[in-house]
Amino acid sequence: MSELAMGREVDRSKMTVSDEVAVEITNMNKWFGTFHVLRDINLTVQRGERIVIAGPSGSGKSTLIRCINALEEHQQGRIVVDGTVLSSDLKNIDKIRSEVGMVFQHFNLFPHLTILENCTLAPIWVRKTPKREAEETAMHFLEKVKIPEQADKYPGQLSGGQQQRVAIARSLCMRPRIMLFDEPTSALDPEMIKEVLDTMIQLAEEGMTMLCVTHEMGFARQVANRVIFMDQGQIVEQNEPEEFFNNPQSERTKLFLSQILGH
Amino acid sequence: MSEVSYVRTEMLPEREPPATTIGVIGWMRENLFSGWFNTALTIVSLTFVVMLLNAILPWIFSPTWYATSLGECRDILRGMGREGHYPGACWGVIRDRWVQLLFGFYPSELYWRPIMAFLLLGVALAPVLFSDRVPRKLLWFSAVYPFLFPWLLWGGPIWGPLMVIAGFVIGWFVYRAADKRAGGLAGIIAGVLAAVIWWLLVSGYVIDGVSAVLPIGIEAVQSRNFGGFMLSVTIGVVAIACSLPIGVVLALGRQSDLLIVKALCVGFIEFIRGVPLITLLFVASTLLNIFMPPGTNFDIILRVIIMATLFASAYMAEVIRGGLAALPQGQYEGADSLGLDYWQAQRLVIMPQALKISIPGIVSTFIGLFKDTTLVSIIGLLDPLGLSNSIRADAAWNGIVWEIYGFIALLFFAFCFAMSRYSMYLERKLNTGHH
Repeated sequence: MSELAMGREVDRSKMTVSDEVAVEITNMNKWFGTFHVLRDINLTVQRGERIVIAGPSGSGKSTLIRCINALEEHQQGRIVVDGTVLSSDLKNIDKIRSEVGMVFQHFNLFPHLTILENCTLAPIWVRKTPKREAEETAMHFLEKVKIPEQADKYPGQLSGGQQQRVAIARSLCMRPRIMLFDEPTSALDPEMIKEVLDTMIQLAEEGMTMLCVTHEMGFARQVANRVIFMDQGQIVEQNEPEEFFNNPQSERTKLFLSQILGH
Repeated sequence: MSEVSYVRTEMLPEREPPATTIGVIGWMRENLFSGWFNTALTIVSLTFVVMLLNAILPWIFSPTWYATSLGECRDILRGMGREGHYPGACWGVIRDRWVQLLFGFYPSELYWRPIMAFLLLGVALAPVLFSDRVPRKLLWFSAVYPFLFPWLLWGGPIWGPLMVIAGFVIGWFVYRAADKRAGGLAGIIAGVLAAVIWWLLVSGYVIDGVSAVLPIGIEAVQSRNFGGFMLSVTIGVVAIACSLPIGVVLALGRQSDLLIVKALCVGFIEFIRGVPLITLLFVASTLLNIFMPPGTNFDIILRVIIMATLFASAYMAEVIRGGLAALPQGQYEGADSLGLDYWQAQRLVIMPQALKISIPGIVSTFIGLFKDTTLVSIIGLLDPLGLSNSIRADAAWNGIVWEIYGFIALLFFAFCFAMSRYSMYLERKLNTGHH
């Protein structure tokens, strides 16, 4: 795994966790048909927290964060995002989605729009920002992810790492208060993982509330303030990264860690 | 130093490819004479092409342009010593009847109207087809054109098209008013209802009233005088323009989570696709009158246009559904995660891509629809094929077949080929790289 990816010291001065609750999930259950994917999930995320969710494939970790912005519907329990209770009302869902940014494994950029248009689409149509202002914001964030010179290209002309950084910038343009990352580096060549992780670290340094599903344990060690381990749709163990990696409690966690860190 | 150790000290320069692989020689080697089998195939097909041209070209180049009957054509050809089963084409019939093949029995002093209508059609289409080269302001003309087009062709008082526009305006205002009080869907229903009531019940009296006071208009032309290629293009253009939006709505409806909407769309698509177009045209020409209140005169061309549109939109819906199915789920999720609502996501993210993927299928449907307009000859409308029968019934041209059909085929080919080339241009223009 790319613990090598961290080339610099992480600046922790702004990484403060406040008492304010960003996401609260209580007794949440979800089924795909008859298959019980998420079982009794309880999770409270404070504003400013950086949470890494790890676990074997099929353990429900992606499904969990996709429930937070209602890309998946949960059948039981309660999810409160930024003070708004997630219900099946469409207006309510669109409101939450515009406050919660999401970055996908396969980027999901819009291939028929330029990089700049990808970044301004939602601000213009959802936030009703004037076009000029939206473009300024977009250029600001494209500079932040270090690809302002690609603004007029199409996603198909960029490398995977660049596309993922655009995807992060696109989410940031909506000025979200929470960012969800669904395996953001899993579809990337090893050479490109670092540039995306650097962008994510930068985001964490600015105090963004982040929930990341990732296998990048180096990132978890350095940036996360909490690591959650999931298996078979349940939260099996959660702890501070130092404790989690050095002193795992459950057998399942030990096995998982030995498999992904063992070579 | 070990055996496997190797370090490159200088990079190799770029070199030209071998001369036999580029240019004309390279192309011929690659495409015509690569191996003995392909060489043989090339020679055989070249021979075939030469023989074919040898047979057809003399027939086409036949100096019969000024003949006034088939008999005269034969005399001219016999005078040149050309005899046999098909000694040469008799082009006199085209010179004599091409105007009729284009305009049918449209009054000849009013030909400027269809000509103007089709020239303006080009102007109205330009900003839609070539959005990057034509000023966007022209779109205003494109919006007005659908009302101008039927008025130019059918004529009558100017108030007719104006009252149709008024219906849209009324519908819009009712929608705005109802939307504020009752919300989205109720607003749409109220707006549509208001417009329909206006068109069906009120506008007729208003037109009569205003026309009595201010009789501004152009001479009316009856539908039975329509004919020729003009009729095909009229039916084709209107049906093409209407079938695309209806097809999009049907395709979305078919994917909808709303059970009744979905059932209606699936039922409509499957029914229309399961019935031959000719049946629908017969329904339009005969059966529909049975269901109408006695005395209503529902224009036959309008009925045919409606049937052709419904027929094409069912196919269009399936073509577009194919495009929708080809989009990765991630595109929907990407749009959703940014907070776009359903219609915004469809309009800004999903449809532009789905339509782009479906361009070849959409254009095939357009071309098919345009050619299907010739079926109207069976229900007695005088499209070019219908006219060809009456031309051959003329004693002077009795016995002529290939020349008329060839001419008609050429007209259709020109239109269909243009559509096909445009679609290829559009595909190239919209190509934004892989993924």
